Amino acid sequence: MTFTAIIDFTVGLMLVGAMLLMLVRLFIGPTLYDRVLAVNAFGAKIVLFLAVFALAVGRADSLDIALLYALINFVATIAILKFFSYRSLEVALDDMKPARPRDDAGEGV
Amino acid sequence: MTRKWLYGVTLTLVLTALWALLSGYGLKQPLLSLGVFSIVVTVWMTIRMGLLDGESTPYLRLRYLAYWGWLAREIVKANIAVLRIVLAPVIEIKPVVTRTPVTLTDDVARATLANSYTLTPGTVTMEIEEGGFILHGLDESFCGQEGFRTFERKVKAATGERGA
Amino acid sequence: MDWMSVLQFAVHLVSAALMLTGAGIVLAGAVGVIRLPDFYTRMHAAGMTDTLGAELIILGLILQAGFTLVSVKLALLGLIIFLTSPTATHAVANAAYRSGLKPLLRRWRSDENREDAA
Repeated sequence: MTFTAIIDFTVGLMLVGAMLLMLVRLFIGPTLYDRVLAVNAFGAKIVLFLAVFALAVGRADSLDIALLYALINFVATIAILKFFSYRSLEVALDDMKPARPRDDAGEGV
Repeated sequence: MTRKWLYGVTLTLVLTALWALLSGYGLKQPLLSLGVFSIVVTVWMTIRMGLLDGESTPYLRLRYLAYWGWLAREIVKANIAVLRIVLAPVIEIKPVVTRTPVTLTDDVARATLANSYTLTPGTVTMEIEEGGFILHGLDESFCGQEGFRTFERKVKAATGERGA
Repeated sequence: MDWMSVLQFAVHLVSAALMLTGAGIVLAGAVGVIRLPDFYTRMHAAGMTDTLGAELIILGLILQAGFTLVSVKLALLGLIIFLTSPTATHAVANAAYRSGLKPLLRRWRSDENREDAA
């Protein structure tokens, strides 16, 4: 094993440890938003792991997967939040405009 | 109308460069038709959704680079403070919710400012209102008003604040 | 050992230091997500320490890969993370705030009674 391979392996292992902690938060997280946050952070760590993996095994293909995962992770977070805020994904941009919440929307969760 | 054409051409050029880079072939023959197809569809959809304006055209203002350098230092400093709190044997914090007035009117400048507050750990922008942002701070020590003023001044200098 | 290989080794050493620091920061942020008391405080640890850790790891990988197409893709990945991460954190915080989730606002110590930490 070369020097860089050992470093890559160590960093990958640390990222897997962080991912496991995120899974713990995902399962015990008391509110919905804790879980969304955990999923988002988990995805960020997956992206990093893919990047490290790409260089560790010398397959640049998984970098493309990492790029896609980073973009889809973002879109997924926004989509989940939009769905749970409006109970629908078909709300037009103009209907979301009012910057202040209506008073009757304060309850829930 | 001419500005709209300019934005469209810029977007097409940037997308072409991105495709040539990511495909790994450059602009050579294999899969070129697929690349042209995807670029045309993307530009058409952007126009159809009415998103084609100065914000959607990816370009970098050089003044931003100096700002990013300054921001990076702030991020590192705040990160060390947060890590010290998190890794202490006994965590002792007093979270605060605070409101900071913002006088910027330009959309890009306001978005940059809100994202900068969020990027420095210890403060997260929770709500954006007309005259100010509502921030959540991990501890009182992150929420000094003069720190917020420094951020706003730097953003104002970086974007030039062209007005609304 | 000629000069080129010494330089190569130095670059690898710097890259290793960057990557290990970044991974350490990511791990510390994950520990913070487990230890902190409520959603809004966890958000600080999860979202933002991750960003610095991610950028450091990617910087280390760029040094390790040298001047190739791989580095360009890594730089693009770093830019995407830098731009999307604060937006995602703000979106989560904003959704929680608008739905009326109450933040913890008093002084909190991790060794006192824990049941009120939602």
